Amino acid sequence: MPTLSFAPLLHGDYFTWLLTGLRLSLLLTGLTLLTALPLAVGLALMRLSPRRPLRVVGEAYVEAVRCVPLLVHMLFWYFGMPELLPAGLKERLYAGNIEVISAWAALTLYTAAYMSEDIRSGVRAVPAEQMHAAMALGFSPRAAMRLVVLPQALRITLPPLLSQTLNLWKNTSVATVIGAAELMYQAQRVESATFRGFETFALVTVAYLSVSLVLTGLAQWAQHRVSPARGGR
Amino acid sequence: MTELIDTYWLYFLMGQYPHGPLGGLTLTVLLATLGLVLALPLGVLLGLARFSPQAWLRLPVTAWVWVVRGTPLLMVVFWAYFFLPTITGHKTGQFATMLIALIVFDAAYLAEIVHAGLKALPRGQLQASMSLGLTRAQALRWVLLPQALRHMLPSLINQFVATIKETSLGTIIGLSELSYIANQINAQVLVKPVEIYLTLAGSYFVMCFGLTRIAKTVERRLAT
Repeated sequence: MPTLSFAPLLHGDYFTWLLTGLRLSLLLTGLTLLTALPLAVGLALMRLSPRRPLRVVGEAYVEAVRCVPLLVHMLFWYFGMPELLPAGLKERLYAGNIEVISAWAALTLYTAAYMSEDIRSGVRAVPAEQMHAAMALGFSPRAAMRLVVLPQALRITLPPLLSQTLNLWKNTSVATVIGAAELMYQAQRVESATFRGFETFALVTVAYLSVSLVLTGLAQWAQHRVSPARGGR
Repeated sequence: MTELIDTYWLYFLMGQYPHGPLGGLTLTVLLATLGLVLALPLGVLLGLARFSPQAWLRLPVTAWVWVVRGTPLLMVVFWAYFFLPTITGHKTGQFATMLIALIVFDAAYLAEIVHAGLKALPRGQLQASMSLGLTRAQALRWVLLPQALRHMLPSLINQFVATIKETSLGTIIGLSELSYIANQINAQVLVKPVEIYLTLAGSYFVMCFGLTRIAKTVERRLAT
């Protein structure tokens, strides 16, 4: 067995590959947060709606998405979905970065299903009196939800949302299966070019762990600081 | 669509078996079941260590659990894929590789479930057992763990759902489980990706949704 050496990985092309991979993983996480959060709030509101059809659709969505592996979501969006699009759009998609777009779509729909459950429990944790009081002061139900209940709910939800973000960060690695050039993909590429499996995987594991550490820290900070459970401010 | 099912249903369910290695849906279920069953004892041990008053035991295990939980499963799979041959000296099959990755990964999650289950019990349970003359180990073995495990049952079923979904990552090391078979079928048929992947999603959905329903029922039973 050759001796361990990180030097070949820490400069030159291989390091650039890993860095571009890390950048795409972070970008996928950020983009997905931007799209998944509004979708999750919408889904949570649907599931809490007094109208039954809305509730049923919301619940069906969450159950259907959560009971299918992320990998299958990605395969569907990569291989299946483009076939359903009109020809012009399909060509444009294939000319662009279809791997990243499919991964983004799959991650958004998957993450939103999980986040909506957290937001829903957050809304339910706000005492019903808040809603009643707001309506007694003349707010419409919609305005009371938007201006009084949701802001408090999102505060309570911050720690679980951060731990969902940690899951999202780890889930970006699945995109390697459809060929999106994120960190895991670049790790395999560097490994097969250098035959330094141990060093490459050690480096990439540390990269994943560092971001996980930051997110865990943020979640703990949020738990102590932002959550009203601590009492007072 | 019916033509597709007629041609491929057996391949989808069992892979090339009996003319080749077992695969498909059967392999997915087998892998998930074995993975969870084997991860459980390890998870209980790690969970007990997380609960221990001894710092030399608690801190390294806590760190280990955190490291595994902060790493993507795919990374664990790659580690297993590269390191099992180095440790054992001969080539490890894809099934064993994936199984070991799942055991390591799930044990860390189960440890958290066990730890949370133990922490949720009233402190008086441990104190009462010890004042009755049981040692701490006996109290854990005969009083605390049985109660904790009972309350953990819904979480365990949900973990089984997660494990079934996780087995799909075996595709990347060429293990012929359900998703791999679907990719193979798609590569042969070429023109029906939507039907093939919707069928794949439907198969996972039926298994996982059924299990989450069972978990909910068990939860309601335990609550009353």
